[in-house]
Amino acid sequence: MKFSEQWLRELVQPQIGTQALADQLSLSGLEVDDVEGVAGDFTGVVIGEILSAEQHPNADKLQVCQVNDGEQTIQVVCGAPNARAGLKTAFARVGAVLPGNFKIKKAKLRQVESFGMLCAEDELGLSEDHGGIMELAAGAPVGTDIRDFLNLDDKIIDVDLTPNRGDCLSIAGMAREVGVLNKAAVAEVDAPAIAPVIDDRFDVELVDAHACPRYLGRVIRNINPGVATPQWMQEKLRRSGVRSIDPVVDVTNYVLLELGQPMHAFDLSKLDSGIRVRLAEQGEKLVLLDGQEVELNADTLVIADAKGAVAMAGIMGGEPTSVTTATRDIFLESAFFNPLAIAGRARNYGLHTDSSHRFERGVDWQLQRKAIERATALLLDIVGGEAGPVIEAVNAAELPAVQQVLLRHAKVTAVLALEIPAAEIEEILTRLGMQLDAVEAGWQVTVPSYRFDISIEVDLIEEIARVYGYNNLPVHTPTAKLPIPPIAEARLTLQSLRRHLVARGYQEAITYSFIEAELQKSFDDQHDAIALANPISAEMAVMRTTLWPGLAKALQYNQHRQQSRVRLFETGQRFVPTADELIQENVIAGIIAGGRDAEGWSAGNDKVDFFDAKGDLESLLALGGCGAQFSFAVGRHVALHPGQTARIERNGETVGYIGALHPSLVKQLDLNGPVYLFEVTLDAVTGGKLPRFSSLSKFPESRRDLAVVADQATAFDDIRSVVAETAGEFLKQVTLFDVYQGQGIEPGRKSLALGLTWQHPSRTLNEDEINSAVSAVVSALRERCGATLRE
Amino acid sequence: MENLETLLAQGKQAVADTDTLPALDEIRVQYLGKKGELTQLLKGLGKLSADERPAAGALINEAKAALQTDINTRRDALESAALEAKLAAETVDVSLPGRGQPVGGLHPVTRTLERIEAFFGSIGYSVAEGPEIEDDYHNFEALNIPAHHPARAMHDTFYFDAHRLLRTHTSPVQVRTMESQEPPIRIICPGRVYRCDYDQTHSPMFHQVEGLLVDRNITFADLKGTLEQFLREFFEEDVKVRFRPSYFPFTEPSIEVDIDRGDGKWLEVLGCGMVHPKVFECSGIDPEEYTGFAFGMGVERLAMLRYGVDDLRLFFENDLRFLGQFK
Repeated sequence: MKFSEQWLRELVQPQIGTQALADQLSLSGLEVDDVEGVAGDFTGVVIGEILSAEQHPNADKLQVCQVNDGEQTIQVVCGAPNARAGLKTAFARVGAVLPGNFKIKKAKLRQVESFGMLCAEDELGLSEDHGGIMELAAGAPVGTDIRDFLNLDDKIIDVDLTPNRGDCLSIAGMAREVGVLNKAAVAEVDAPAIAPVIDDRFDVELVDAHACPRYLGRVIRNINPGVATPQWMQEKLRRSGVRSIDPVVDVTNYVLLELGQPMHAFDLSKLDSGIRVRLAEQGEKLVLLDGQEVELNADTLVIADAKGAVAMAGIMGGEPTSVTTATRDIFLESAFFNPLAIAGRARNYGLHTDSSHRFERGVDWQLQRKAIERATALLLDIVGGEAGPVIEAVNAAELPAVQQVLLRHAKVTAVLALEIPAAEIEEILTRLGMQLDAVEAGWQVTVPSYRFDISIEVDLIEEIARVYGYNNLPVHTPTAKLPIPPIAEARLTLQSLRRHLVARGYQEAITYSFIEAELQKSFDDQHDAIALANPISAEMAVMRTTLWPGLAKALQYNQHRQQSRVRLFETGQRFVPTADELIQENVIAGIIAGGRDAEGWSAGNDKVDFFDAKGDLESLLALGGCGAQFSFAVGRHVALHPGQTARIERNGETVGYIGALHPSLVKQLDLNGPVYLFEVTLDAVTGGKLPRFSSLSKFPESRRDLAVVADQATAFDDIRSVVAETAGEFLKQVTLFDVYQGQGIEPGRKSLALGLTWQHPSRTLNEDEINSAVSAVVSALRERCGATLRE
Repeated sequence: MENLETLLAQGKQAVADTDTLPALDEIRVQYLGKKGELTQLLKGLGKLSADERPAAGALINEAKAALQTDINTRRDALESAALEAKLAAETVDVSLPGRGQPVGGLHPVTRTLERIEAFFGSIGYSVAEGPEIEDDYHNFEALNIPAHHPARAMHDTFYFDAHRLLRTHTSPVQVRTMESQEPPIRIICPGRVYRCDYDQTHSPMFHQVEGLLVDRNITFADLKGTLEQFLREFFEEDVKVRFRPSYFPFTEPSIEVDIDRGDGKWLEVLGCGMVHPKVFECSGIDPEEYTGFAFGMGVERLAMLRYGVDDLRLFFENDLRFLGQFK
């Protein structure tokens, strides 16, 4: 909320300057966002009266004006279309300094001398308005400094109020708060009852009294809408960020700003019989003040007459019944709408108004009469007319209950860790408008009708703390019993996995969890990714079912910036919808492209291949000591190269995929291929085992090397398992130390060089035993894998 | 015998003149080998009388020993010269870069998260995590933010349907923890959160760490002390810390915390407060028996302040030139 400091000081006079006041408000929970002058810095500008305005002899768009500045008549050349004889406006004399240190000097415009400048609002930093020079009231005293006349030595304080403090959305509310903080007296806004001079009544029926328990109205006849809103009111509105429209609307806005009561004025002649406050009929139409036609929902409270809705209650009036320059008779509304009946409704129509903002947060339910009297007095003053009696429709049972809250002194002490003396607590709460009745444990506190945010004891404790000053309250650190926490040794931490990949040259990335739908689909055709109802853009529309698209985009970003060798990983949740449920699980994923080695004096020039990615992943999988539980099976994946895809299994269960990014995706994403990717569930990787000692053999190992030739399509894994099954129980290790294709090997076949190592725990294995194991292996390989010893 | 001295002198000269190990060995054989010239002299002793033999033998042995000493000394010298030459030939340019994989790095958000986790971990907080696609109940209702509450406007929420949404904070993890665990509770909840807002200072996805302490006799002073210490240690500076009343539906009193790092400007760094009794009641904890505090901080914001990053969007572009600065 923006307000004028001077306006505030009309009601309360704290003995502190602007900055101190702003700091004080911030530290009491009313955060000041900004303090700015109501006008730019300028001097030497007075009220001038244009005595005559004649066409410039050499320029179509300029006029030569004779201006009375209170001392003499001065010639000024002006380009504003509204410069005319009789207008009182802002006149910057020669020697004046305008905002931006712009000095006014005498000048010659197209051969005509000009001694000063007539100013538009924007030129004085009053607004953005550059529609013409300022139009001051006819009675403005010529020669008076404009700063004095418009009271420009004022500041606009912009407070970012939290939603609980609807009570501060007015000058009166803000003054009340400042009064509390400074222990200063606060003046009440004067609003004596205006005696009716006419008898006209207008019926009000509360059809939905729960939503609207109180509605006050008043007929005022024979107003003169042709008069202008007084300068002082226009200025106060402007400083609160409200545009002046016409005197009737300005008065209702003024009362809204002054007291916090949103009001509305109808053109009485446009209303058909009485007012009914009811819920809208579904689909009922209403043209709003802003010109748009809305179809109302049945949850929306409306003000209706016999013909239909005439206003969206507490949000915005309707256009057909609004006050215009032709209006003579008005019907004023001052109502209390239940916050729950208004909350969220404006938003549903894409609306947010000063009125809805206040009703949603809670308007003082005892304020309506004061507001209508205040508005009446202002209206009679400005537009004249004859006021009828105040009509009040009220359903007392539906009004909010007066809140009674028990406040225990001991609880205050317990929460704040400080015993604030009873007298001080009483002082603070009383100033806040609470009524205190002493009881044994503390006080029974009656909460004022404008505080919708106080209903339980801690709410009061917060008020005490806030006014006492958070920074004046004690500080210490908690003491606690500290049991030793459980730490599962077999479980790897995410930190250790991350560091492992970092040590292997990977840079961690963090990519968005929501991605483009098309991209998502090209990486996963198995799941319908869950889509946001209100995405921020098409690029951030669906929840990823894999981290690969994000990593591929990150690769693309870097490749497009001359980074040829890229290794990235990411950990995070993926969101996989299945028939029964949405699976949100953590995965760890990586992407590599470019050179196997970083460019360097001893580096090779090879690009990465499948086995670089696999090696990195295997090292990760082996960290927990369970590497042997993982296997890589030939797999299929829409995003991967059909000949370079492996499904990663742990004990037979699929836990991830690894492979080369499909060349068509490489092309589609404009990447420099080949690109390799892996992704595994975090649970599969972090589940390790507890080491278990087995005694070391004191006897020598025996090793035999075999070169076997097998079909190219034969998987090494198959060969290894045949070896493991047939080489006897003392086989300790199988290594593959060469794979060869080419000269000397039939096309379509490959040669594998295997190293087999045996060791017995308690004796030396003899030559015969080893030899017979080797022949068992050789014949099993021949029979089961079609693999023969290399000649 | 008369040529013993000459022979020895010749031998010594030959040893001194030689400059290779094989040549030295040849000299050894020539003089001291089985058929060596000095050895031959010993064999000639038989021609001498028994009286002359011991003295002459001793002289010859002396000469042999003397030559052997020379040979040994010369061998040592030659060997160490050869070793030196070999080592000199093996000299490498130690300033050449080492071989192998250049090391990668952690994302600055992770780095900051881990640091925050370390602080709170060291005083007994454990890490709790939860789903990012949440339900309305855990993200709002259970935190005392009913439908249409104006506070919902503070959270520009991404929705999937009427019930499911992307969590706007990690507070739902606190709720889930309180639902399943008896006090005392001491947790921090790090993770991704989402808000429908995008510009230089707002990202639709960012990271939060929230913390929750629930126990008997936890006070406002404990909250102040914990956060004040945290901020000083996090920045490793004697930052000025101030506490400002604010509003969150799930805490009462609610606080915003500002820091001043010496330039007189207050920067908001986190929000916190004493857990609202209604939140306790929703989770089945008796607010008369237990009190607690909760706090929440934006990880990117802290990382920006700590490392001087000036644009939030950099965190999610994954530009290696940016990420590489956080090693």
